[in-house]
Amino acid sequence: MINPDSVGRTFEGADLITVTQSEIDSFATVIGETKTSVAPPTFSIRISLSQYESILTQPEVGVDWTRLVHGDQKFEIYRPIVAGDTFTCSATIETLRVAAGNEIITVRSDLHNGSELVVSSWSTLVVRG
Amino acid sequence: MIEIGTVLNEHVFSIDRALLKAYADASGDQNLIHQNEEFALSVGLPNVIAHGMLTMALVGKYISDWAGDPANVKEFSARFIKPVIVPAHESVDLTVNATVVEINGDRIKVEITATSAGVKVLGMAKAVVTK
Repeated sequence: MINPDSVGRTFEGADLITVTQSEIDSFATVIGETKTSVAPPTFSIRISLSQYESILTQPEVGVDWTRLVHGDQKFEIYRPIVAGDTFTCSATIETLRVAAGNEIITVRSDLHNGSELVVSSWSTLVVRG
Repeated sequence: MIEIGTVLNEHVFSIDRALLKAYADASGDQNLIHQNEEFALSVGLPNVIAHGMLTMALVGKYISDWAGDPANVKEFSARFIKPVIVPAHESVDLTVNATVVEINGDRIKVEITATSAGVKVLGMAKAVVTK
């Protein structure tokens, strides 16, 4: 069960993540993108999802990662990600509801390069009951 | 001339198991439902399914192309309403269309439809680009 007290809380990811050109190139290659001076628009999910996994599965939040389905996703890209960006990634649990036995949470991820907010994204995650 | 109601050209992407593996490696999402048919069936799925985020990444490419550069995509959202089902040794389509619905200064909002095998896979898909 997800801990209802986690709603409204922001958890800081433990990792400092440096984006490499090779990571951007790999992601771009999969989708056929040849312009690689910036990262593709959905690239940041690579960072957010891995940070979510370590943050949201902590006992104080209690997400069961093995029963997770991605419901929806939104990105606000304040500037494109480029190689050399070094991010901290936070996860804020904005909402939690239970519907048809499933726990549904909305999590916001903010990627900061130093003090600069570069990308915010919102994920609705459904933990199947 | 771009105005409200301008229709973007349709694009058809092709998705197969090899692309799923490539996306798994590039994104770090190694969930077995996107790679292993036996596992996918064991959790009640009809077959291996594409990552919702792969679908979204391909649509992001479509939007980047229209906007002229991936740097021009400012907002992008979608709901994953049906999975893209990817049988072994087959390619399935991801067919993408979009229409301009709002223009606000240099920011252009498009509404996007994405289907696979005739089934709508994304809902409420929208992007805001500058161009």
